[in-house]
Amino acid sequence: MAIATDQDRPGNDDTAVRVVSRADSARSSAGPLVVGVIITISLVILSLFVGVYDIAGGEDGWEMFFITRVPRTIALIFAGAAMSICGLVMQLMTQNRFVEPSTTGTTEWAGLGLLTTMILFPGSPIVVRMIGAIIFAFFGTIVFFLFLRRVTFKSSLIVPIVGIMLGAVVGAVSTFIALQTDMLQSLGIWFAGSFTMVVRGRYELLWIVFFLLIIVFFIADRFTVAGLGKDVATNVGLNYNAIIFTGIAIVAAVTGVVTVVIGALPFLGLIVPNIVSMFRGDNLRTNLPWVCIVGICVVTICDIIGRTIIMPFEVPVSLILGVVGAVVFVFLLVRQRRG
Amino acid sequence: MAEALQEKMSERMAQGPLTSGETVIAEDAATIRTAVEPCTGNPRKCRRNGCSGPVINTKQKVRYIAIVSVLSVMAVAFAFGVLSYSNGMPFGSEGYWKIASMRAETLVVMVIVAACQAFATVSFQTVTANRIITPSIMGFESLYTVIQTSVVFFFGAAGVTLMIGTGQFILQVLLMIAFASVLYGWLLSGKFGNMHVMLLVGVVLGGGLGALSTFMQRLLDPNEFDVLTARLFGNLSNAETDYLPIVIPIVIVCCTILWLRARRLNVLALGKDVCSNLGMNHRRETMTVLLLVSVLMAMTTSLVGPMTFLGFLVATLAYSLTDTYDHRMIYPVAFLLGFVVLSGAYFILRNIFYAGGAVTVIIELVGGLVFLIVIMRKGRL
Repeated sequence: MAIATDQDRPGNDDTAVRVVSRADSARSSAGPLVVGVIITISLVILSLFVGVYDIAGGEDGWEMFFITRVPRTIALIFAGAAMSICGLVMQLMTQNRFVEPSTTGTTEWAGLGLLTTMILFPGSPIVVRMIGAIIFAFFGTIVFFLFLRRVTFKSSLIVPIVGIMLGAVVGAVSTFIALQTDMLQSLGIWFAGSFTMVVRGRYELLWIVFFLLIIVFFIADRFTVAGLGKDVATNVGLNYNAIIFTGIAIVAAVTGVVTVVIGALPFLGLIVPNIVSMFRGDNLRTNLPWVCIVGICVVTICDIIGRTIIMPFEVPVSLILGVVGAVVFVFLLVRQRRG
Repeated sequence: MAEALQEKMSERMAQGPLTSGETVIAEDAATIRTAVEPCTGNPRKCRRNGCSGPVINTKQKVRYIAIVSVLSVMAVAFAFGVLSYSNGMPFGSEGYWKIASMRAETLVVMVIVAACQAFATVSFQTVTANRIITPSIMGFESLYTVIQTSVVFFFGAAGVTLMIGTGQFILQVLLMIAFASVLYGWLLSGKFGNMHVMLLVGVVLGGGLGALSTFMQRLLDPNEFDVLTARLFGNLSNAETDYLPIVIPIVIVCCTILWLRARRLNVLALGKDVCSNLGMNHRRETMTVLLLVSVLMAMTTSLVGPMTFLGFLVATLAYSLTDTYDHRMIYPVAFLLGFVVLSGAYFILRNIFYAGGAVTVIIELVGGLVFLIVIMRKGRL
């Protein structure tokens, strides 16, 4: 270690807590929050009117508008907010800033579940596939958490690397199965996160995500306490295992649904909570709405770029997220080390 | 510890475990002398005194030689098997060599891939002081893909002709070295100087670069895309062999450099502080090794595409087989293992299960499983 700060002590990783504990923090955050909401709404409205089909002059413009544009925009809102919150929940539970569904293998597990369901029950409805993905994602996340408990890490930075390697193992299994069953191409299509396929009749599943989000809003601070360790959590009267279990279940469900309906959205749960905590400190209560808003904005902007860059065709949003996310993440890392 | 003292120790241990605070003391002068006598480098004396080195005693030496011989025999056997199995022609006839020469290309590719993966992974794990990470996770392969893709992207179909030819290929490699040196030089510089940060940045950049090349590929028109994919990836049975005349010398040069620097790598493995104490420029050494690794990874990717866990599998097995820290001993075993694994998997899958294309995938699976087992058993990372 070049600089032995308290960040490098195992167990106390990255909890450089900068809690804004001023009593008026809740009041003073109302102004910026309103601005944030306005910006988000204007982005969402922009998203409604970006596309190839001329909805204003077209013959059945309004019908098209409600078949594709509205569902797509709602999907953007839900997926963006949910994946960001997922990352936040995982980071709270593990006390590690670099954990999120795509750096723990959860996303890959969901993909494997989707693939398995498609092979075992060909022609099954989307709900069945979704359940398969959720079950696998849940199992995979549990595996990762057990693994975190078993292994002591020299540095918190190793955790995401190992998680990505775990994901690569699961990915290799998926590739092998897909290769044996001639589904390699569909696997690729399924996995590239894209809002292109989201139309009426398909996006409704995302309402599940919405309800899960509401649950998170109510029990978020319990995850923070759970992150302080089993002893502390038990001391203040929490059922530690139940909380961790709930958290994993929520993360798995959200990841499963989003993977099935949209595909993988890399880095989202990683960069959004980190950006928010960079600007606003770590006050969870006031940060939750911000995490949602920033998540929605990031996904919407990336999706609009994807839709307009090679009109009339589209680039999957996951690619743009991958590039943008990587740049932002590296910037965050470097900046954190400087500070 | 001298043998005489060790004998004494084992005698004492036979009577029961040591109580706390008890010490076993050498009484006679001879034992004391051999216990503290410095190693003079005389092998006969060394063996008698049992001083430490890469090989501690004759038993280990014999074991090492046995391992290398067994692996060599297996390698030759599998190579012969790949050449001869279901060849249809009697051995040694003209027709036999015709068919065999076609398959020999695959064998050459396997040798190169095994060398690249073994040398790159072992060196990389030494430099990063971490035995669970492979260079492919660091985005070395994505770097190669991005360079290939952006050439086509920015120069269009004309760019394809730009990519063909010896000079151009070398230019690409140089470009990679330049890029890698800027990136890793910046990440390892004094301000961060932190291996873990570098690793994480590498991993994330790898993902980002992968997305970037896929993104650019989406924007290409179909003709260009076809040409690009034809140039980008092969697999074991259908490797990109046009580059072989250029790849072979580059790989030989890189591996030779690593072999000559093996002693320095032994020191590097001791960590930054010890390194600096012994008067070695830790950062420069690290950079040199990382650059060589990036070149080797580019070579193997240009031949058979990305392989995440082959290097890991080979390196891990080599460590546990050789049971030493001396790179001069680890490299050959890792390389032989790599070739045995590749040719063995190829031979078995091709002739018994008739699934020639899945070789790399199977190896990835096995390597991935070994990775999981190693992590679970290690307990400390």
